[in-house]
Amino acid sequence: MNRWKNFNKGIFRENAVFVLFLGLCPTLGVTTSVINGVGMGLATTFVLLMSNIVVTLVKNFIPDKVRIPSFIVIIASFVTIVELLMQAYLPGLFDELGLFIPLIVVNCLVLGRAEAFASKNTFVSSVVDGLGMGLGFTMALFFLGGVREILGSGSFLGFKFIPGDGILLFILAPGAFIALGYLIMIMNKINKKTA
Amino acid sequence: MNYIIIIISAIFVNNIVLAKFLGVCPFIGVSNRVETAIGMTGAVTFVMVIATIVTYLLQHYILIPFGISFMQTITFILVIAALVQMVEIVLKKASPVLYQALGIFLPLITTNCAILGVAILAVQNDYNLIESVVFSIANAIGFGMALLLISGIREQLKLVDVPEPMKGVPIAFIVAGLLAMAFMGFTGIV
Amino acid sequence: MAKKEPAFANMVFTLFVITLAASTALGFVYEFTKTPIAAAKQAAKMKAINEVLPEFNNLPNEEVYKIAIDNDTLYFYPARENNRLVGTAIETFTNKGFSGNIKLMVGILPDGSINDIVVLGHKETPGLGDKMSKSKSDFSLQFQGVNPENFDLSVKNDGGDVDAITASTISSRAYCDAVNRAYNAYLKGGKK
Repeated sequence: MNRWKNFNKGIFRENAVFVLFLGLCPTLGVTTSVINGVGMGLATTFVLLMSNIVVTLVKNFIPDKVRIPSFIVIIASFVTIVELLMQAYLPGLFDELGLFIPLIVVNCLVLGRAEAFASKNTFVSSVVDGLGMGLGFTMALFFLGGVREILGSGSFLGFKFIPGDGILLFILAPGAFIALGYLIMIMNKINKKTA
Repeated sequence: MNYIIIIISAIFVNNIVLAKFLGVCPFIGVSNRVETAIGMTGAVTFVMVIATIVTYLLQHYILIPFGISFMQTITFILVIAALVQMVEIVLKKASPVLYQALGIFLPLITTNCAILGVAILAVQNDYNLIESVVFSIANAIGFGMALLLISGIREQLKLVDVPEPMKGVPIAFIVAGLLAMAFMGFTGIV
Repeated sequence: MAKKEPAFANMVFTLFVITLAASTALGFVYEFTKTPIAAAKQAAKMKAINEVLPEFNNLPNEEVYKIAIDNDTLYFYPARENNRLVGTAIETFTNKGFSGNIKLMVGILPDGSINDIVVLGHKETPGLGDKMSKSKSDFSLQFQGVNPENFDLSVKNDGGDVDAITASTISSRAYCDAVNRAYNAYLKGGKK
C-alpha cells in the first residue's frame, strides 16, 4: 500500500472519531478545552504507536487463541507508563484528564488497530498506521476542544478574547454531544464531496 | 440514607453516559433498536456488578497491601477481560436461553469503558464493599435507562425526514445532547 | 487431546512471558518515576502554601503537625518569618462535593482571619463547580480577609454569608464545609 495513503486514511477517510465512531468517551469527556483535547490525543497516539510497534514485532510468537488477552496486556502496560510519566512531568494535565487516562486502555481505537492492522501488517506500515490514526484522533479532539472552548468560555488555548462567561452549555455535557453531532455532519458532507 | 444518595446520584444526577461520558460507544453503536438495547443493558449489568466486586477485593487485598497500586489499570482490565470470557463460557453451559440473548454483546463489553470506569470510580470514591455494589448496580441502571431512552427515540427518528448529512449518528448525538440537557434538570435533587 | 496439549502449554507460556515482560517494564518505569512524582506533588503543595500565606522564610513542610477532628486528620503547615508565626496553612478536604472529594489549602493568619484559599484537587463539573478554582472565577476571593468569628461560613441559601457559585450550590456548600473543618481544627489548638 502507498505509504502516504496509509498515513492520511487515519486523518480523513477512516478518521477514528468522525467516521469510525471509535474512542468517543474520551473525545467527549476531556474536550472542555483545546489543551486538554490535544493532551489526550497525544497520550492516545503514544499508546497507539507503541502498542502497534510491539504487536507487529511479536505477532508471530503469539498463538491465535490468546491474541486478544496478550494485546490487552501490551496496551495496558503502555497506558500505565503514560499514567506514571504524566503524573511525574505533567501533573497539572494529569489532574485535568483524570479518569480518562487509565481509560485509554479501553479505547476501542487502540485495540482495534492492534487487532485489525498491526497483527497483519509489516513493521513500517504499522508505525505509519499508528501515527496516522493517532494524529487523526488528536485532530478530532483539537476541533471539538476548539469549538467547545471558543463557544463555551470565549477563549482559545486559554487566551480569552471575549469577556464574560460564554455559552456555558458548550462546556457542559449536552454541548459536547451537540457540538460533536454537528462536526460529524460537516465531516460527512466533506467526505461525500471528495469521494 | 447514604445508599439512596449513591443510587439517585448515579442514575439521574451524574448519569454515567449523559454526564460522565462513559460507555458512549455502545450508547451510539447499539441504540438503533430497543431490543438490542435491552440485551446490551442486561449484559453490562451482569458484568459491571461482578467486575466491581472482584476489582474491589483485588484492590484492597492485593494491590494496596503489596504497594503495587500502580498496577491498577493493567490488573483491572485483565480481570474484566477474563470475567467476560468466563461469563460467556458459564452462560453457554448453564443458560443457553440467556446466552442467546446476551451472547453477541459479551465480546463488546471488554472494551466498554463504563465497566472499567465504574470499577476505578468505586475505588477512587473510597466506597466500602456494599457501597461499591450499590454504586455499580445504580450505574448499570443509569446506563440502561440512557440506552433505552435513546434507542426509543432513534426508532421514532427513522420515520422522520432528517437532512441527508445529519442522518444516523450525527442526529443521534444531537438527541443525546437534548437528553443530557433534560438530565441536568435533576441536578438539585441530592 | 494429546495433540492439543503442547498448544495449550504454548498459550500459557506465551501469556506468562508477556505478563512477566509487562510487569518488569512497569516496575522499572515505576521506580524511575517515583521520585519525580513525589517531587511534583510536593511542589504543588508548596506552591499552594506560598499562595495562601504572607511571606515567610522557614520550611513549613518540615514543621508539619496533625490535628484530629471528627474522625479525620488535617495537616497544618506553620509559616514563620524570623521565628515569628505569620500564618498557618491547613490542608483540608470535604467529601460532600458534587462528584467526590475536594481538597483545599486554607491560609489562616495568627489573628484567626482567612488570608487566602486555593483548591488542591477536585472532580467537580467543568464549567460549573470548577469555578471554585481561582483561575476560573472570583468565588474564592470573597473569603480573603474575613474572620469566621463574624462571618458565617455557609452559603446564603442556608442563611450564611457566602455567595454561592451560580448553579453550583452543592459545590459551594462543600467548599464551605472544607473551610469550616479547617477553621474548627484551628480553634481546637491548631495555632502553634
